[in-house]
Amino acid sequence: MLVNIARRLAAMLAVMFIVATMVFFLTRLAPGDPASLMLGDQATAADVAQLRKTFGLDQPLIVQYVLWLKEVASGNLGQSIFLQRPVLQAIGERAEPTFFLALFSILIAAVIGIPAGIASAVWRGRHADQVASGLAMLAASIPSFWLGLLFMQFFAVRLGWFPVAGYGDPGAGLVQRLYHLVLPATVLGIVNSALITRFTRASMLDVLSEDYVRTARAKGLPEHRIILRHALGNTLVPIITVVGLTAALLIGGAIITETVFGLPGIGNLVVSAVLRRDYPVIQGALIVIAGIYVIINFAIDVIYTLVDPRVKT
Amino acid sequence: MTLPAPLLDIENLEVTFRTEENSVTPVRGVSLRVDAGRTTALVGESGSGKSVTSLAVMGLLPRPAGSISAGAIRFRMKSGETSNLASLAPDVMQRLRGSEIAMIFQEPMTSLNPVLTVGEQIAEQVRYHTGMNASAAMRRAEEMLGLVEIPDAVRRATEYPHQMSGGMRQRVMIALAMSCNPRLLIADEPTTALDVTIQAQILALIDRLRKEHEMGVLFITHNLGVVAEVADDVTVMYAGEVVESADVRTLFRNPRHPYTQALINCLPARALPGADGRRVVRSIPGAVASAAGVSGCKFAPRCAHTLAACHVSHPALETIDGGQTIRCCRWRDL
Amino acid sequence: MDFTALRLFLKRLFKRKLVLFAAIVLALVVILAIAAPWVAPFSPTGMKVSQRLRPPSMVNWFGTDEFGRDILSRVIYGGRASLGIGMAVVLASMIAGTTLGLLAGYFRALDNIIMRIVDAMMSLPDILLAIFLVAVLGASAGNVVLALTIVYTPRVTRVVRGSTLVVRELPFVEAAHVLGVSTWRILSVHILLNVASPILVQATFIFAYAVLAEAGLSFLGTGVPPEIPTWGTMIATGQQYADQAVWLVLFPGLAIVFSALSLQLVGDGLRDMLDPKLRKAL
Repeated sequence: MLVNIARRLAAMLAVMFIVATMVFFLTRLAPGDPASLMLGDQATAADVAQLRKTFGLDQPLIVQYVLWLKEVASGNLGQSIFLQRPVLQAIGERAEPTFFLALFSILIAAVIGIPAGIASAVWRGRHADQVASGLAMLAASIPSFWLGLLFMQFFAVRLGWFPVAGYGDPGAGLVQRLYHLVLPATVLGIVNSALITRFTRASMLDVLSEDYVRTARAKGLPEHRIILRHALGNTLVPIITVVGLTAALLIGGAIITETVFGLPGIGNLVVSAVLRRDYPVIQGALIVIAGIYVIINFAIDVIYTLVDPRVKT
Repeated sequence: MTLPAPLLDIENLEVTFRTEENSVTPVRGVSLRVDAGRTTALVGESGSGKSVTSLAVMGLLPRPAGSISAGAIRFRMKSGETSNLASLAPDVMQRLRGSEIAMIFQEPMTSLNPVLTVGEQIAEQVRYHTGMNASAAMRRAEEMLGLVEIPDAVRRATEYPHQMSGGMRQRVMIALAMSCNPRLLIADEPTTALDVTIQAQILALIDRLRKEHEMGVLFITHNLGVVAEVADDVTVMYAGEVVESADVRTLFRNPRHPYTQALINCLPARALPGADGRRVVRSIPGAVASAAGVSGCKFAPRCAHTLAACHVSHPALETIDGGQTIRCCRWRDL
Repeated sequence: MDFTALRLFLKRLFKRKLVLFAAIVLALVVILAIAAPWVAPFSPTGMKVSQRLRPPSMVNWFGTDEFGRDILSRVIYGGRASLGIGMAVVLASMIAGTTLGLLAGYFRALDNIIMRIVDAMMSLPDILLAIFLVAVLGASAGNVVLALTIVYTPRVTRVVRGSTLVVRELPFVEAAHVLGVSTWRILSVHILLNVASPILVQATFIFAYAVLAEAGLSFLGTGVPPEIPTWGTMIATGQQYADQAVWLVLFPGLAIVFSALSLQLVGDGLRDMLDPKLRKAL
């Protein structure tokens, strides 16, 4: 078991190493020199050269790469060009709305998707399946920003039930802040329920064709017990895995929804960084988001190893 | 001589599977009986329809594709009353499964739920059918594990299937099947996946339980060696049909159907010395699949005694002396 | 092509009315986009200030935008860019992903490297990776295609690698190997033919995702420049008028939903119809 965890850990580090490498070299493809970007249009050539030297930009690319990797490995993601503070701090300040948005969206998605997927698998090929699968496909075909705009128009502007945008005034209480998340979380929850519905359906169908489900039928158990105890018990772990990974992807994937609803989250930070060419922030955000995904993935694996009786011994 | 009413009496059973494009009939014209306290072996190659027959008896044909399209499955219940399982409402059938009729399967490795302890899996069935409370049902489960000769049953009841060997799991399956004292046990190739030594133990266990509980056993196998060991009566299937049935002695001494004869000749004990003096195990040329679309006798394409008529008319199942039945138009001259 | 197989396929298609309907809708949308200059009632750029922000009417079925341009015509023209970008992404990521997947599945030595990179790319949300790539490449239609191709290639690679691993163990591939058929031929003919149907299914889904992603990028202002009408840029520029003229946002969005939905329905139908397992199960 420990060997297994160690192997997972190594794979996780490998993925992070590749992400960091990719981010570094791709950023260097970008047009424009970071130093002149930082100093703006009025800078003299001498100023730029001076700054290049301070940042080590005059060194060969490979040396810069190694230095950068060292910094990243020690947890230093650099300084934002525009925000005048460390990238990690800038991300930390924006973490709360993104975290709650991802959490609520995934809860909504799971509450819709898991029962829909189960029903769809149990009544495979019947009306319930067609309706659930059809709705899942519809949800997966809706651009989240478009649904967000329509929801905002209807529920916030027309009906006035929810705030139109933002995350409350500075100093607003937690309840007030969370109230601003109802619409965006609903939109993201609906869109992401599609994936969970499909996945739940597929894994339920797999399990329902297992020999032990046939045994449960041969025992004369009622169908609901077979589904809820024998089949669902065996699909819960993969379903939780997918829910967890979707939540991880939502941390960075909520970008568009954050923009639509003007939420000051990580996604918003990334979009403004892209528009301002604040490359340290983009790089840092990519590494942090990939890191969260990889860590959640790893945590799920470890929990899985601890929970599954087949691995326990 | 009037025989006592059989425990299970299948008459002219036909099962149809409908797919999107067409429908197939993997089982047709199957008649067989199982008497209380006796073992009927259902023999045939893979694809001959034996497993489908057993699933039809259990009411477990894959839905909605599979259904019983003709025939009757008469079963005498504990109450003494006989009902036709082919026309029983699904919820009534469900209550019979596990309490009146139990089944064990070929794959002990995958037939138990990996996330529940074996004790829980047995107790669950007991609770459902008898209404016992949880702790009484668990004691019953432990008792059943003891009955199937699992040492240290109380501790093993708390184990998960993956902690047990294949033979041990098959014992658990048998304990599960026996836990509500069923009248009929269907054993679908229960020893095929096991080592030879374990096979013998499992066969002996099933036989002991049959005698002790006066239970009927429908034993499905492709292995005539096993048939000779366990069966009282034998029904031979070929390409979805019963081709011959008899008591075990008659069948081995005086097989009438060319297919049965060929099967018996294929037994290793009947192997003939080859050119180099070593004994060669024989086989029947061809495969069951060749019977698809045959209009006459299904076995004709592989039969050594075929006449022109065999390819034309489909023979009926005839009853001859001593309750033996046969489906072959040449049984008189062979 | 095997004629009976084609007939069976068509028979199955006609049994699935919804899939058939989706295929027809998809074909219509594609034809409209291609034939835009002939079918669009107005010029997509023809401004009429007197007619600005008009609601849907008999003349302008989908209404007009802030410059008085006909939204229906712009939606039809927008389909050219949106579907064109989607199509280009599908083709490019199919070619790249299939090549990488075959290499990873067939040559064990390459497997580890390729799949680690695939893992790394899949640890980032699609849209974030796309935004980053467009940011470094520069915002243009061509770079949106390139970025989305990079984003979706790993998915194809995974599917093709998985199928290749299964197929390479099948007896006929082994037999071909023993008979001295070259590795290149085994890869290109034997394995490719067998993994063709999962690739085809994947292609329809990636088409749908690419249309959605392009719209998202354009909406954020990090994709196609706003002067080119795509469904995404139309929603992006229309959102500031959403309070008074919701049709500016509504109709381009519906075009996206319809296209993505019919693509996914077709993909799902194809998977059903091409899946040999299902035939047995039903």
